[in-house]
Amino acid sequence: MTPGENNSLEEAGQLDLYRIELESFQGPLDLLLHLIKKNELDIYDIPIAEISKQYLSYLEVMRELNLDVASEFLVMASTLIHMKSRMLLPSDEEEEEEEEGEDPREELIRRLLEYQKYKTAAEELGSRPALGRDVFARPEDEVTSPGEDTYIEATMFQLMDALQRVIDEADKRKPHEVTRETYTIDEGIGHIESLIAEKGSIRFGDLFSGQESRRQIVTIFLGVLELIKKGRISAVQEEQCAPLRIIPVPGTEPVSDTGAGGGQVSGEETTDDGG
Amino acid sequence: MMEDRNKALIEAMLFASSSPLGIDTIHQIAGLDKERVREILNILAREYESQERGMVLKEVAAGFQLRTPPEFSAQIGKMHQARPRRRLSRSALETLAIIAYRQPVTRTEIEQIRGVDSGAVMKTLMSQNMVRILGRKEAPGRPMLYGTTRVFLEYFELRDLESLPTLEEITDLGEELDEGIWGAGEGETDISEEDV
Repeated sequence: MTPGENNSLEEAGQLDLYRIELESFQGPLDLLLHLIKKNELDIYDIPIAEISKQYLSYLEVMRELNLDVASEFLVMASTLIHMKSRMLLPSDEEEEEEEEGEDPREELIRRLLEYQKYKTAAEELGSRPALGRDVFARPEDEVTSPGEDTYIEATMFQLMDALQRVIDEADKRKPHEVTRETYTIDEGIGHIESLIAEKGSIRFGDLFSGQESRRQIVTIFLGVLELIKKGRISAVQEEQCAPLRIIPVPGTEPVSDTGAGGGQVSGEETTDDGG
Repeated sequence: MMEDRNKALIEAMLFASSSPLGIDTIHQIAGLDKERVREILNILAREYESQERGMVLKEVAAGFQLRTPPEFSAQIGKMHQARPRRRLSRSALETLAIIAYRQPVTRTEIEQIRGVDSGAVMKTLMSQNMVRILGRKEAPGRPMLYGTTRVFLEYFELRDLESLPTLEEITDLGEELDEGIWGAGEGETDISEEDV
């Protein structure tokens, strides 16, 4: 997604041409762990039906965002569905169960625990003082900027949770919305950047005035992803459980390379923002 | 008197070196016994520590290096801001963790644990010299075996791989973390509308 591609974007003005992949976007195991933690479930006794439902609704949101849903996510979806059906089998098939000898969830639990171990190890590594960021030595070739060390970077899943909440709110307010499909991602980006320019940093929820259509919300969200990907903003938390905030990345200029319309916000659609 | 000059010499070498200095190297260049070198390094490390200087002497990647203390990261970072380096991504950290603990390890083994394709992130880590090829596995297809590098140890201020916490310790740590998060309240991304 180089700035040069924006023209075609603007004229297309539709989301399905726009695919975004985020680094922070981990795999299906990460998503499952997220759901387990979020619902405070026991990893050794996962309610497969409930987890499958939530897992699939996540894939739905990803699809709605036109995120590249990697095939691994789909494989996991079918594994979950298969597991669910096996667990629904009537218990008079005991014989067979004894033969197979184990809970259909066992393999998944083993994988989740294994993955979680390395995920924690990765967090532990990430918390060590990093050369060129936290500590410095006589430089060989490169040195770095400090980054936002006091913040916790939000995960893709947390962003999607936040998005879902905004969408749910919007759905509650306007069950029958009439949409105008004229809102482009560039406009979304302009909207975000003008808010950040004005306020310094902003809560994720405040990116939306509450008046947007579902389509506009998604477009603004795609703008957030795009700006994160370009390294201009970060989605962070001040601590665990704190609301998501959007902060500018120090040392980057607000966008003016998104084509002529970069900084401008489409008049009738968004300027009525209360904030 | 002579001892002071030896200490000054080793300090000078540490100051002028852009990579951690091994005891062997100092021994060869300074012409001092290895035991003596280690003693002096220990004295220097204690001095930097106790005098709260702008540098600390750290043992990293089987050598010794003068580094700034973490408390000045913001200011030193600002000084270097013209050439920012991005922090490691989650996927890079995850892949590195698996390689660090499982090496020598194949890409397939890494991907089995992570549950996602890891080709791109491996390539990045290779280009950053965090990861290297150790050889090939005696198995069908003779897949490459990967391991971490000296750059990896330097980056994370590790003396050697043994100074990483064990996976058992990691698991306990993970449980503590989880309890902490779970205990703190419902939902980890609570963005309620009230507290603007």
